[in-house]
Amino acid sequence: MEAVNPEQAPAARKIDIESLQRGPKLNMANETICLEVKDFNLFYGEKQALHGIDIKIAKNRVTAFIGPSGCGKSTLLRCFNRMNDLIDTVRIEGDMRLEGNDINAQSVNVADLRRQVGMVFQKPNPFPKSIYENVAYGLRIQGVNDRATLDKVVESSLKGAALWDEVKDRLNESAMGLSGGQQQRLVIARAIAIEPEVLLLDEPASALDPLSTLKIEELIYELKDKYTIVIVTHNMQQAARVSDYTAFMYMGKLIEFGATDELFTNPTKKQTEDYITGRYG
Amino acid sequence: MSNKSFSSWYKSGSPWVWLNAGAVSVSLVMVVGLLLLIAVRGLGHFWPADIMSITYHDPDKKPMTLIAEAVETEVVTAARLQKVGVHLPEGQKTGERHLLKVGNRDYFGLDFLWINQLWVGETSYPKDLIAIERREWGNFYGYLTAVKQQGKVIATGDKVWNQLQVRLKRSNSLVAKIKEIEKNEIGKINHGLEELRLQKRQDELDGVAEGSLAYQQIEEERKQWNVQYQGLQKQLADLYAELNRDQIMVKISDGREVELPLAKVVDVYRPNAMNVGQKLAFYFEAVWKFVSGEPREANTEGGIFPAIFGTVMMVMIMAILVTPFGVIAAVYLREYATQGPMIRLIRIAVNNLAGVPSIVYGVFGLGFFVYFLGGNIDEIFFQAKLPSPTFGAPGMLWASLTLALLTVPVVIVATEEGLSRIPRAIREGSLALGATKAETLWRTVLPMTAPAMMTGLILAVARAAGEVAPLMMVGVVKLAPTLAVDNIAPYLHLDRQFMHLGFHIYDVGFQSPNVEAARPLVYATAFLLVMIIIILNMSAISIRNRLRETSKASEN
Repeated sequence: MEAVNPEQAPAARKIDIESLQRGPKLNMANETICLEVKDFNLFYGEKQALHGIDIKIAKNRVTAFIGPSGCGKSTLLRCFNRMNDLIDTVRIEGDMRLEGNDINAQSVNVADLRRQVGMVFQKPNPFPKSIYENVAYGLRIQGVNDRATLDKVVESSLKGAALWDEVKDRLNESAMGLSGGQQQRLVIARAIAIEPEVLLLDEPASALDPLSTLKIEELIYELKDKYTIVIVTHNMQQAARVSDYTAFMYMGKLIEFGATDELFTNPTKKQTEDYITGRYG
Repeated sequence: MSNKSFSSWYKSGSPWVWLNAGAVSVSLVMVVGLLLLIAVRGLGHFWPADIMSITYHDPDKKPMTLIAEAVETEVVTAARLQKVGVHLPEGQKTGERHLLKVGNRDYFGLDFLWINQLWVGETSYPKDLIAIERREWGNFYGYLTAVKQQGKVIATGDKVWNQLQVRLKRSNSLVAKIKEIEKNEIGKINHGLEELRLQKRQDELDGVAEGSLAYQQIEEERKQWNVQYQGLQKQLADLYAELNRDQIMVKISDGREVELPLAKVVDVYRPNAMNVGQKLAFYFEAVWKFVSGEPREANTEGGIFPAIFGTVMMVMIMAILVTPFGVIAAVYLREYATQGPMIRLIRIAVNNLAGVPSIVYGVFGLGFFVYFLGGNIDEIFFQAKLPSPTFGAPGMLWASLTLALLTVPVVIVATEEGLSRIPRAIREGSLALGATKAETLWRTVLPMTAPAMMTGLILAVARAAGEVAPLMMVGVVKLAPTLAVDNIAPYLHLDRQFMHLGFHIYDVGFQSPNVEAARPLVYATAFLLVMIIIILNMSAISIRNRLRETSKASEN
């Protein structure tokens, strides 16, 4: 574990202890399935980026996607809320269900889907508005303009994203004035303000310093009580620290999927072992 | 040795620095020089120059006295002077000659005169010389000798100046009153009568029977208006009688004593008796009169307020028309249209539209907007007024629309540029929160693009405010009797023709009968046009900067 600020150390230890405690009980068979992907292929024009992905994401658990750059983990993540629709050349095959409903069906309203499946991106992307308006954005889109309701949601979301104490006195200041780590937590607050079922995190800490990273990780741990979380990460320690299940992807294929402790301590595939021991990637 | 140092100097790259810096300096010098030239030439005009009394001995004529303002002096070679019959003394290679403004056009025929330094005798600046600014015939110079009332002398000698001041104030306030009545009240009556005429015509078109109640009512109202008109006419006649009460007697340079009705006098001043403070006060008053007054004497005298008003209003209406249109087009091109050869072609076409000569837009505006659109609007909505056109003639609306068309490419290009600079992360962030594409555009992307739109608008305004050629075809006139905004409903008359500073410069400079008198006004008007464009741009830039501050794009 990397050196951390002494003040932060106790919190970090807490995560570690709990992640050790929960270990052996995890088993996919006992979980409620939230997202289910069957024989899923994705093409960028002629080039196939995802090959026959089969995976089940457990409800209220943290699932991590790991793998070398370009292995398709972000692409897969972006399929869960159909962000890939924005790219003209993308073509998909296969089945992807959120709580039993086909995500890619014609009848699905993409905006509604994205309200159920929130997303946080690699680089913090707050809107150039006030902190308050950033968090209230999703609700305003839904037509909620009642001040009292908005106030309540903004406060609870910022508290949920562990940002409230830092910004409660300057809610009307521009979000662009926050630090990178604060911005990323603001973006998480913005995402949970519309109460999604699933939260997709696309390398949420890769652009942040170690301290902010730690805060985000703590936050992920707290959020999983309410949300199903899927996180893409380059950082294997991070995956080990925060996730319950881990999927290892390589060259657009899902190589191995299982409980995190299992996968890191006892990988069944050689490629997985090579990757987590640092032989490539 | 020196060769080597040159090549090392060349290699060091400093020649390029010099070249680039030189280009910048040359441009700066040109811009500043241009502004200085028009500012000095234009603004100097309003300074109350001293009036000279010169004795002048032209060998071909009798010796005479000239009373005049010096305008300019030039140095001419002896050979050229010889050609016009002036023989300089031996050994003198050049001679000076002066342009004088002698005024009194109605008595001398010419109000400007070239004289040769060689024949100039004594020059003096008597304190009691007066300059009179008149409503007609330009300036008048001479000695004030008497003030008359109804032809009887009231004051002479020392008392004459104070008497004149009192009476001038009175006559000017009478003039203002008369103008108010003629313009506003009689204008209202004329408008009312015109409305009645149109109503009657409409009734005829609708086939209302002759002698029916409607016609009687119209007749009744017409009578009321006429009664009002009679009343005003009488009031006016009284005021004119009052106005024509006073006269002044002025001795001019050739010794004649001339009577001037005070009604024709705008202002009287004694520049030779003024100190610098008084001259400054006079100067600023004159500038203010120029900026706020209405033109007289075929635009060579008086102010240019209608032209300023017309220019600013036309630019504003153009901005209101062009911004939404350009922004919507840019949003479609950048956000909704499938990017392909077709869109590329459209983009090229739009960019090239900016290069079409502006007069072509004028022709298009005249043919399409004025004759086709305007003609059809008249047929449908203003049938009673035909055959005299309402919108079927050049006017403010069509001029603004033509310029909007001329500047729309600039707005489209700038807005597209702005849209393409919005980071994808921002759009994705909004979409990921369940916003549709339109909501993302409205709530996030367009507010962030606002500074770019303002940039487009700034460029559009700069181009439109300076454009003259197309306007001559679609609405600008030499002299517009009324502004496009007045106190008669609907208050905004976009069908009216208007005056424009650019066209005013052309008109005063090239169409005026009195070139020397007009020249400083050309510079002053040009200076004002530049100032107005600068002010319009500055305000747009300050708005843009404020927008930028509130919606800084995420660049970290």
